[in-house]
Amino acid sequence: MTDSQGTAPELDEGTAPQLDVGAGAEAGAGAGGPHAASAVSGPMRPSLRPSHGDGRRRRPAPVNELIERVRGGDRRAVARLISLLERGEGGELRTAAEALSASAGQAAVVGLTGAPGVGKSTLASALVALWRREGRTVGVLAVDPSSPYTGGALLGDRVRMQAHALDEGVYIRSMATRGALGGLAWATPQAARVLDAAGCEVILVETVGVGQAEIDVAGLADTTLVVLAPGLGDAVQIAKAGILEVADVLAVNKADREGADRVARDLREMVHLGLPRVPEPGGDRRWSPPVIKLSAGNGKGVDQVAKAIAEHGSHLRSSGELQRRRHARAAREIEEIAVAALRTRLGAVRRGQALDDLAERVLARSLGPYTAADELLRYGEPAPAPVPAATRARG
Amino acid sequence: MADERIRVVVAKPGLDGHDRGVKIVARALRDAGMEVVYTGLHQTPEQIVAAALQEDADAVGLSIHSGAHMTLFPRVLELLREAGAEDVVVFGGGIIPAEDAAALGRQGVAAIFTPGTPTARIVEWVRAAVGGDGPAVAGPVPQGAMTTPDDPPEAAEGRSADPRGTGTPSR
Repeated sequence: MTDSQGTAPELDEGTAPQLDVGAGAEAGAGAGGPHAASAVSGPMRPSLRPSHGDGRRRRPAPVNELIERVRGGDRRAVARLISLLERGEGGELRTAAEALSASAGQAAVVGLTGAPGVGKSTLASALVALWRREGRTVGVLAVDPSSPYTGGALLGDRVRMQAHALDEGVYIRSMATRGALGGLAWATPQAARVLDAAGCEVILVETVGVGQAEIDVAGLADTTLVVLAPGLGDAVQIAKAGILEVADVLAVNKADREGADRVARDLREMVHLGLPRVPEPGGDRRWSPPVIKLSAGNGKGVDQVAKAIAEHGSHLRSSGELQRRRHARAAREIEEIAVAALRTRLGAVRRGQALDDLAERVLARSLGPYTAADELLRYGEPAPAPVPAATRARG
Repeated sequence: MADERIRVVVAKPGLDGHDRGVKIVARALRDAGMEVVYTGLHQTPEQIVAAALQEDADAVGLSIHSGAHMTLFPRVLELLREAGAEDVVVFGGGIIPAEDAAALGRQGVAAIFTPGTPTARIVEWVRAAVGGDGPAVAGPVPQGAMTTPDDPPEAAEGRSADPRGTGTPSR
């Protein structure tokens, strides 16, 4: 990625002049209440921006312009476009997704998941360092949970990754789940597309600290790395369905701690029993997830993890599995968009009269509930193009 | 539906390790429904600005207890300007004398909050300064009940941003 912000001045933002602070004290009283004017602790300036509703948050650059700048590797545009997609406004989302899908699929997407505190961020940072030594550009999407109570989030994954903050070949973005429950944010796949378009060669997606069944990352990543650590349960936990089933590489972090050998042994046993992979139809060369012990903190074993990821990448390409996974991903996305559209349409129906009318007809026994549902599904459809009467007469 | 969350990067530049204040403020902003990116201790201004740009932050909050505020704040402002990001609001807190705070204000620091400032005031100030009135509360809990059940009262109140309690209270 290159950084073009030095040469491309932002026209749409940053136009608010740096106010002179002279007016600060009085203005502060307005924003901060009666105490605000007190000399030090009160705000000196309530706003650098013109005013409410007129700040940059209200006027992002047009989405097409942002996409153009993203393709040129403009880091600020990447940041803005991801925010825009996170906001999830229909029209812009559509424009961006359509435009970006044309160039997507270049990057290798690696998912990194595991329970809270197993060392995902530390391992992520170590992997980024290793990939950078190989000369590859890296994008990181680090997801942390939003509070279900307030919607706020404390995004702390950067703490382990700040060593890469100044590397022009690395882009790190923290994302809050904003209510999504599968371990990723709703917009994470969109953000991955943005990083792909910006030229990241590897995209590392770090999930929230997961429990047993948050497996959305496996739907997004080409290669999924599940990180474990000693002290989190016995072999029965490992035998359970869920997160371990999606692993392409199993990493046992904190290998210097007691119990790491046992975790690795239990995992190998599980892999040996063939539990983690549903048999692939026609797949005679099945991938068996390697189990790798490492200490992300001091870097021991990280190269082995990277090697396993690379090997899995070659396996994906040579076996045709990559195509299969990406096909499944595309199918899922189309389905999700269509279901969302259906839901919107049904919502409109529910607010209207149609549902009530159908309910009356079912009550009056003139219609069965299944036939009524069929009619409801047809109800919101855009009317078929009217066939001119003359044409029909001829046919 | 538009989800315009305020994003704030909070950071501790320089060499001091007193991070209680910054953690309290981060927690308060989080509980007010903002997305807070914490970058950890001992950050250089360059690292902080890079994080703010990559995270598309609306504001950057700096906590400084080392006495180096007259160097660190201006450097952050300068780097933001160089990146064409002077629209990012810079505020801060810590052990910062009144005359220094005034001087920093003239240079472009939007607000300095010294120990003893109620966190609610910081939250309100950030909301006003960023200029977006995104939803404060999105979840099932009504406004006014913005603390989580395990919320220790002192964290919610943010009694002191000074770890040793020696800071001068606000006048």
